[in-house]
Amino acid sequence: MKCRVCRQRAVIQVKRHHANFCKDHFIEHIHRQVAKTIDEYKMFVAADRLLLGVSGGKDSLALWNILNELGYAVDGVYLHLGIGDYSSESLNLSTNFAEARGLKLQVSDLPAEFGFSVPEAAAASRRAPCSACGLSKRYILNQIADEESYDVLVMGHNLDDEAATLFSNVLRWNTEYLARQRPVLPATNEGLARKVKPLIRVAERETAAYAVLQGIEYEVDECPMAAGNTINRYKEWLNRLEEDSPGVKAGFLFGFLERGVEHFPNADRPTLDSCRFCGQPTTSDVCAFCRLQAVTLRA
Amino acid sequence: MKVVLRNPRREIELTGVKRVGDLFRRLDLVSESYLPIRAGELCTIEDAVDDEDVIELRPVISGG
Repeated sequence: MKCRVCRQRAVIQVKRHHANFCKDHFIEHIHRQVAKTIDEYKMFVAADRLLLGVSGGKDSLALWNILNELGYAVDGVYLHLGIGDYSSESLNLSTNFAEARGLKLQVSDLPAEFGFSVPEAAAASRRAPCSACGLSKRYILNQIADEESYDVLVMGHNLDDEAATLFSNVLRWNTEYLARQRPVLPATNEGLARKVKPLIRVAERETAAYAVLQGIEYEVDECPMAAGNTINRYKEWLNRLEEDSPGVKAGFLFGFLERGVEHFPNADRPTLDSCRFCGQPTTSDVCAFCRLQAVTLRA
Repeated sequence: MKVVLRNPRREIELTGVKRVGDLFRRLDLVSESYLPIRAGELCTIEDAVDDEDVIELRPVISGG
């Protein structure tokens, strides 16, 4: 199998682009895909202050590397979720990555700063662990971006993340979530940071390949709390479809973004107020994070 | 050949596999969900393998 560009030995096949690439041309291809996404959706410009949510996994570390190589100055924030050795190892990987490249990484510690861990929150609230985790991440990352005046909160969601989430939202016809499933969510007056997803043209297998080829050490093992996660199951199903019909995931997502999302206007979005306790944006009197914290600390 | 799998981490022995693509078929795994890695280098599904190889099939699905 030969590289489409230079005819040297290929190390990866990207069937939906009818292409095989050697290491150097694959890296170039990924950089081009991300640069195209940033430009097409007007995500940010070089002068913007960018904050990236970093987990120690392949997507966030690959994206940090890509943005750095594209010339953007990006700070990272790691959220310690209190998931035993998994969190400690992910933190080490994130710290090592940042230190080796002279990048700024700040750490927010859920147990130390808010008094509870994700496993404790999941048990106390009877939420799925991934739900308690996602809620905590969204809250704390937005809070830091807001308080420290970052212009844009950058997230490492890839093509597979977005296609699986879209699949889930369509299965349930969750119109409120469908209205918000966009590559860019603008900042709001109520304190929601501008949020962007530059990896949506890059499949999950490609971010992993990029990390391996760039020598990026990332957390390979799955989070111990994610067993049975529904979105991961949808990803596996979509990958079976992708194997039979290369390009089906991208067609599903970008078809929605080009022709579907307009049918779910932001009118479905509820009005936001300020949380009575923390002041963060919320649709009710007390935000979901403060409610989760209260339930967990009471348990 | 030795095949290294994760989540949970385990190793299995297979014989008579000619190409990486055959490995996926033998194990009934979807190639879109894994990166085949041999001696730290990525492989494609068309790469030849032999019984002396150690291949890691690294899962790529994560998050949720």
